[in-house]
Amino acid sequence: MRAFAELLDRLSLTASRNAKLTLVRDYLAETPDPDRGWALAALTGGLVFNAAKPAFIRKAVEERMDPTLFRWSYDYVGDLAETVALVWPARPGANREPELSEVVDALRGASRTEVQRLIEAWLDGLETTGRWALLKLMTGGLRVGVSARMAKQAAAELGQVAVAEVEEVWHALHPPYEDLFAWLEGRSDRPSAVAPGRFRPVMLAQAIDEAVDFGKLDPADYAAEWKWDGVRVQAVNESGVRRLYTRNGDDISRTFPDVLDALEFEGALDGELLVVRDGGGVASFGDLQQRLNRKSVDAKMLQTFPAGIRAYDLLADGPEDTRVLPFVERRKRLEAFVGRLKTSRIDLSPIQPFETWAELADLRRKPPPGDPPIAEGLMLKRWDSIYEAGRPKGPWFKWKRDPFLIDAVLMYAQRGHGKRSSFYSDYTFGVWTEGLDGRRALTPVGKAYFGFTDEELKQIDKFVRDNTIDRFGPVRSVRAEAHFGLVFEVAFEGLQRSTRHKSGVAMRFPRISRIRWDKPAGEADELTTLERMLTQMEGR
Amino acid sequence: MIKPEALLCPRPEGLYCAPGDFYIDPVRPVARAVITHGHADHARAGHERVLATPETLAIMAERYGQDFAYETQAAAYGETIARDEVEVTLVPAGHVLGSAQAVVRWKGLTMVVSGDYKRRRDPTCPAFEPVGCDVFISEATFGLPVFRHPDDKGEIARLLRSVAQFPERCHLVGAYALGKAQRVIRLLREAGWDKTIHVHGALERLNRLYEAHGVPLGPLAPATSTTKQDFAGAIIIAPPSALADRWSRRFPDPVGAFASGWMQIRARARQRGVELPLVISDHADWDELTATVDEIRPGELWITHGREEALARWAELHGIRARALALVGYDDEAED
Repeated sequence: MRAFAELLDRLSLTASRNAKLTLVRDYLAETPDPDRGWALAALTGGLVFNAAKPAFIRKAVEERMDPTLFRWSYDYVGDLAETVALVWPARPGANREPELSEVVDALRGASRTEVQRLIEAWLDGLETTGRWALLKLMTGGLRVGVSARMAKQAAAELGQVAVAEVEEVWHALHPPYEDLFAWLEGRSDRPSAVAPGRFRPVMLAQAIDEAVDFGKLDPADYAAEWKWDGVRVQAVNESGVRRLYTRNGDDISRTFPDVLDALEFEGALDGELLVVRDGGGVASFGDLQQRLNRKSVDAKMLQTFPAGIRAYDLLADGPEDTRVLPFVERRKRLEAFVGRLKTSRIDLSPIQPFETWAELADLRRKPPPGDPPIAEGLMLKRWDSIYEAGRPKGPWFKWKRDPFLIDAVLMYAQRGHGKRSSFYSDYTFGVWTEGLDGRRALTPVGKAYFGFTDEELKQIDKFVRDNTIDRFGPVRSVRAEAHFGLVFEVAFEGLQRSTRHKSGVAMRFPRISRIRWDKPAGEADELTTLERMLTQMEGR
Repeated sequence: MIKPEALLCPRPEGLYCAPGDFYIDPVRPVARAVITHGHADHARAGHERVLATPETLAIMAERYGQDFAYETQAAAYGETIARDEVEVTLVPAGHVLGSAQAVVRWKGLTMVVSGDYKRRRDPTCPAFEPVGCDVFISEATFGLPVFRHPDDKGEIARLLRSVAQFPERCHLVGAYALGKAQRVIRLLREAGWDKTIHVHGALERLNRLYEAHGVPLGPLAPATSTTKQDFAGAIIIAPPSALADRWSRRFPDPVGAFASGWMQIRARARQRGVELPLVISDHADWDELTATVDEIRPGELWITHGREEALARWAELHGIRARALALVGYDDEAED
């Protein structure tokens, strides 16, 4: 348990992806089975316990210490698991620190009352970090900033194999994954990937470089499709096992029971999860967002935001693995496959015919009516390409539509993390609006922390330090007036209405595209400009 | 029985002893001051006469210049200085080099002003000595049950493990210039780290002073010496404020560490962008505070600064009268 606790502790404060990978990989390399397997299960979201409710833990601690002192402690720390881990008045005695596998076995097997009795003994046996890790594990949700895919990536690094290889076998394996580690450490062959309803690692596209690539590519070699603005999913039904996966292999079946019901087929589809409007049109990403990251869905949600799949590839047709076929073949099979379905929840992503790159560029600029105007851009797929996991260079390209641009004024700057901890590198920017007193004032519309070079970062950092008007912890408020301020040209992919933001709008994927040292702050954009853009996007 | 307030009472300048006409750790310039230790919030410049341990006087001279007071008087640990009918004895507090508790006796009444203190071993200064008394005046910087500092050896082991795990990066450890920095260096030496430790310029004079007082720190080098120096795998000690300062940009992708009792609280570490919090404190944690009060069992407990309400409640629950003085001007383990 100690090594696992130490790992979670480090992960929770480490920002860099590479450092996180090192921490997880080293842990997996140094920790024996079965503990490391349970840890991997916990990190990939495969271990969820609701063994102890916060109220129970609170009661247990208040039986051991003055409730007032506990309350003051909790008020000070603000997090229940952390407070209890710190204040727990351990009873001295022959308490032994439990192993992770011991805890997991008990949580999986024991009854709720038994577990509650065990918890106190475990808390007595562990030190602070161990208690914190135990409580996080028991109350569900580690939240240490490691995705399931990152954990699999670390495991893949341990075995020096591609992450797609781990993903391929993943759903045929079960914690504590002893067969996986045996293979990664070269002690056995790769475990079988055959398991009904498993996930297949997805094929991803490279961003096209217009200046370089088009000169080398023959339009006749490529199919074009619209790039739908939803969530990439893989829908599987094999021998009655139905699953809906994200592109990282996270199982989201429970969140989309309506989609799962529609999987009346035998095979595996690759497509875009979208909210479908009455009449078959596609709703905006904002509507889909209402459905994401929910553990349970109610009937109203299902009715207001019905979800469906726009299919663009076929990975298994009945028992046959179609990934080895060229795209042109897979497409024919896909059209026949979708054509046989009786549901309206699954439709086909149409091929956009074109002759020349110039013609396609025009289509991208002025999409035909229907759904294409809210697409994110275009996808190009080589007719002869097999379905290859990862992001191979050449067979698939994405060609996003041009971003939206506005000029906004820097309002607040926050210190970065890791390499950037000495730099003010996270910027909140605003646009002009009419304040309550009728005067022009800035209202924040977004936050961005990339899009600039290291040299530009130094210059912005200096500007922030030289023009700070107030400080709140790691955040500085920067001078921003009509006649003085720093203007950023901000690029973003879309806008949504938002009740969480004071301005009422939220940007998707904002980044700094240019620093306008030349532009007076007073000439930055108005909030009405954003509102107009939003109306256009909604009305299309 | 004389009321303790007749011997020591809080005033805006600090704790005042009327029968001896002196202040203890005054926050404003006064005529006579007894100084418990050299941290800037306790030892200020500008007093006319200062009584302190020789080490504390040396620290003040180093920080403020030789003429920091009109007149100084050194009292070694255990040596009693009498003024009128008041006797003052300085007794080790275990906080930093030279740190002392002020034991004040008058007409059969004994009051102990702890200054800042801790109870665990510190290789850079003698250990705290409990003194029986009528009134114990304690600090309570970490006076909440959430503050329970782990063994410092374990924290140093975590640092060394991280150094081994990330050999391509350097480890930048924030540590308060007086006391913490030298203790961290000593602990690293005791853990077997005999390589050169790089230090920020602000630590150099105090490091020399510690060495002159018999605390060997091993090979040290400025973190500034050459421009093209490769700091990969190195440990660098700097004042906490330098961590997020432009100064730190000379290092390749540093792992930010911070040695402080506050690092026990994850939100604090996160807020400062600290990647490797090291819970190493020169103050007593909750268990040490309560154990000390329990050991001394004073007739009354006064609390100078920190989270006094929780310690006061604990004392009341354990049958000891407690009173919060709420003295202002003392930082909570000077964070920056």
